[in-house]
Amino acid sequence: MKIVVFFKRVPDTGIPVQVNETGNDIVRENLNYVVNPYDEFAIEEALRIKEKVGDAEIVAVSLGDDGAKETLRNALALGADRAVHLKVPTTAFVPPDVTAKAFHQFLSQEGFDLVLMGKEAVDDNFGVVPAYLATLAGVPLLTYVVQLEIGDGKVKVHRETDDGAVEVEAPMPCILTTEKGLNEPRLPTLRGIMMAKRKPIDEVEVTLSDSALSLDHMEMPPKKEAGVVIQDEFPKNVERLLEILREKKVL
Amino acid sequence: MRELKKQGGGFLLEDLQPSEIFTPEDFTEEQRMFGQTAEEFMDREVLPNAEKIEQQDFHILKTLMKKAGDLGLLSVDIPEAYGGLGLDKVSSMIIAEKLAKQGSFSVTWGAHTGIGTLPIVFFGTEDQRQRYLPGLASGDLIGAYALTEPGAGSDAMNIQTKAVPTPDGSSFVLTGNKQFITNAGIADLFIVFAKVEGEHFTAFIVERDTPGLSIGPEEHKLGIKGSSTCSVTFDGVKVSQDQVLGEIGKGHRIAFGILNIGRYKLGVGAIGASKEALKIATQYAKERVQFGKPIAEFGLIQEKLAWMALRTFVTESMAYRLAGLFDEILQPLNPQDPSYPQQIWKGIAEYAVECSILKVYGSETLDFVADETVQIFGGYGYTSEYPAEQIYRDSRINRIFEGTNEINRLLIPGMLMRWALKGKLPLIPKAAATLKESLTLMPSRLSRPEGPLGEEIHMLSMAKRLTLVLSAVAANRFKEQLREEQEVLAALANMVMEVYAFESALLRALKTKSPLMEDAVRLYAPAALRSMEEQAYHVLPYLAAGDELRTLLSTVRKLAKLSVLPDRIQLQRSLAKKVIEKGGYPFGT
Repeated sequence: MKIVVFFKRVPDTGIPVQVNETGNDIVRENLNYVVNPYDEFAIEEALRIKEKVGDAEIVAVSLGDDGAKETLRNALALGADRAVHLKVPTTAFVPPDVTAKAFHQFLSQEGFDLVLMGKEAVDDNFGVVPAYLATLAGVPLLTYVVQLEIGDGKVKVHRETDDGAVEVEAPMPCILTTEKGLNEPRLPTLRGIMMAKRKPIDEVEVTLSDSALSLDHMEMPPKKEAGVVIQDEFPKNVERLLEILREKKVL
Repeated sequence: MRELKKQGGGFLLEDLQPSEIFTPEDFTEEQRMFGQTAEEFMDREVLPNAEKIEQQDFHILKTLMKKAGDLGLLSVDIPEAYGGLGLDKVSSMIIAEKLAKQGSFSVTWGAHTGIGTLPIVFFGTEDQRQRYLPGLASGDLIGAYALTEPGAGSDAMNIQTKAVPTPDGSSFVLTGNKQFITNAGIADLFIVFAKVEGEHFTAFIVERDTPGLSIGPEEHKLGIKGSSTCSVTFDGVKVSQDQVLGEIGKGHRIAFGILNIGRYKLGVGAIGASKEALKIATQYAKERVQFGKPIAEFGLIQEKLAWMALRTFVTESMAYRLAGLFDEILQPLNPQDPSYPQQIWKGIAEYAVECSILKVYGSETLDFVADETVQIFGGYGYTSEYPAEQIYRDSRINRIFEGTNEINRLLIPGMLMRWALKGKLPLIPKAAATLKESLTLMPSRLSRPEGPLGEEIHMLSMAKRLTLVLSAVAANRFKEQLREEQEVLAALANMVMEVYAFESALLRALKTKSPLMEDAVRLYAPAALRSMEEQAYHVLPYLAAGDELRTLLSTVRKLAKLSVLPDRIQLQRSLAKKVIEKGGYPFGT
């Protein structure tokens, strides 16, 4: 069984970002990058499947500049068997349809039984690459997976919905997107990190296709104005609140 | 033979090029990944359990040690042949630093992987290594080190525990009391020091369940409360001949030598704990509002944040420079060579002076950082509801264990003197020549090196000169009796330490060309030189009198003279601004 796991390297959301002067990208210097957290559930699940079925190969794939290699090395340290770097000549925003086309091209050459990927990346939050990719590949897509079983060439999953979970079955090959709660991702062991050096990362140059999307501009969210604290006693405070709401024409 | 400048203590006599030192900016991707695993292990597994650890929930502590073992965090310094990873010392230090975020866990881990495990790595027989190291590496066995006794603390040679051979010569019977034994309550294995027939200092490996061995109640400690510290009593504990570690009568080599490792690891742990405290203090300073604004906006709070970051930066530069020296000497060794562990041992002993320096400087940096953390928290810092109080309590032990800072201060010039007398270091002629030359030297007329930090490079060379001058004066005055003059030795130690500290930070800034680091060095350099000058004034009137004293004082004054004084207030503020922006330690890692 071949499991492909797609990774995206994203800026650490714990550190505030700034938009650059031209407004076409964030300031990339001194950013701290991490693996997209939802992708961690994907690789963890792939590792668990491999531990269960035994005969499986995990291929870690990431599209990006040279920094993507770091993400892939991490995947190899966790236990992926090999990695493929889809190298693009830019550090900036790559539209999701372009990414999906590149992934599709890769999958059609590589072949696969199962694709696992995070439900979205926490940098631009588009969350559309899986759907686009599944359409191009013509395979089923099961999103927001929180539980997964594999057997008889099929996957059986629980999908998280607003008011519960839905159980769905699909034949392989198929694409699954992983949601928080699916599993508890492990840390790479020191030995795993040492082994990662000996595993290959193949580099494939990717020419970016045309996109139906174009990035217009980026801007920082407007700064919140300071609030008003009403310190009067009840019921004066309620009266004051109503007064403000009326002034602001909320009521 | 290594070049003089790269020998232990050689930094006093020769200058290194910036490219010749190792800095955290040189970490490989793999080393950073090791650090990341260690850090995430702390964040995910240890910190959420910190409260339980502090309540001495040893079940949790042991479970966490086992999990650390599963990740490989207990096998870093154990050769691969015995279930370890045999990693380089840079990696080993990165991991020690990252694990220092929680004092009790860090001490438990440090005692286990250091003094609890390494004596077997370095001195164990093949059989002893095969028997114990895989378990110690996995965390199935916990190690402890039992040297200290009620009457033998710093004076460790004075231990009273006896090992009496049985009549048939097959075993020894141990009798005595050990005290303040870290990990005693959870350990499976003890490295025990005793005197065979009351005189031959010898190390033994003693398993916990050996009849006659009993563990006392937990000590009530000021800090690191979650770690286990008990007395261990040996009441006729019979151990077989093959539990002797190393040679009979040579146990002191193990006992004292292993402390070199404990010392540099302690120093590096202090960096991790300082960074954590700085993060917590910065966050608080940004949130706490007084007089209508966050206290982080006030100059005196910024001054604290700046110096907390700066001293941590200096310690970090010292520590990884040492790690780099270790690896240069250890990397070429062949792990297949049967004497491999012994060669590592020798390599580390080469830098015993630097190990002591790092121990003292690191623990005092951490105490400074912890103290300022409490101060930034103000009244809340004095309550146990906020983290500052625990940081303050936990930091204090570092100046005491692994050899008190006083003992280490005596060791620094003590070892240098011994090497000088043995001819290993040409310290004596160099110091004498420097003294002679300095009397007539006109530092203000010397040209400064071109490029950034030229003035600071000059100041460092004056700092080295000052140290050599004082060494020569002290040696002339007391000859071999200098070893009895503790106050003088401590002043020399402070100067030697400051040279190593100043130089490590300066070379790192020159190597990385980071403007932030350059400014840090501009801020640090005058303080370093002035503190050294003060050391000289402290002891010179004791070492000389009359005209000689007057000449020496004026020599010191001119060497330590600051010809350019930077605007330190602005430097502090801009460094503090970086700390506040970053939410903590601003120098990279």
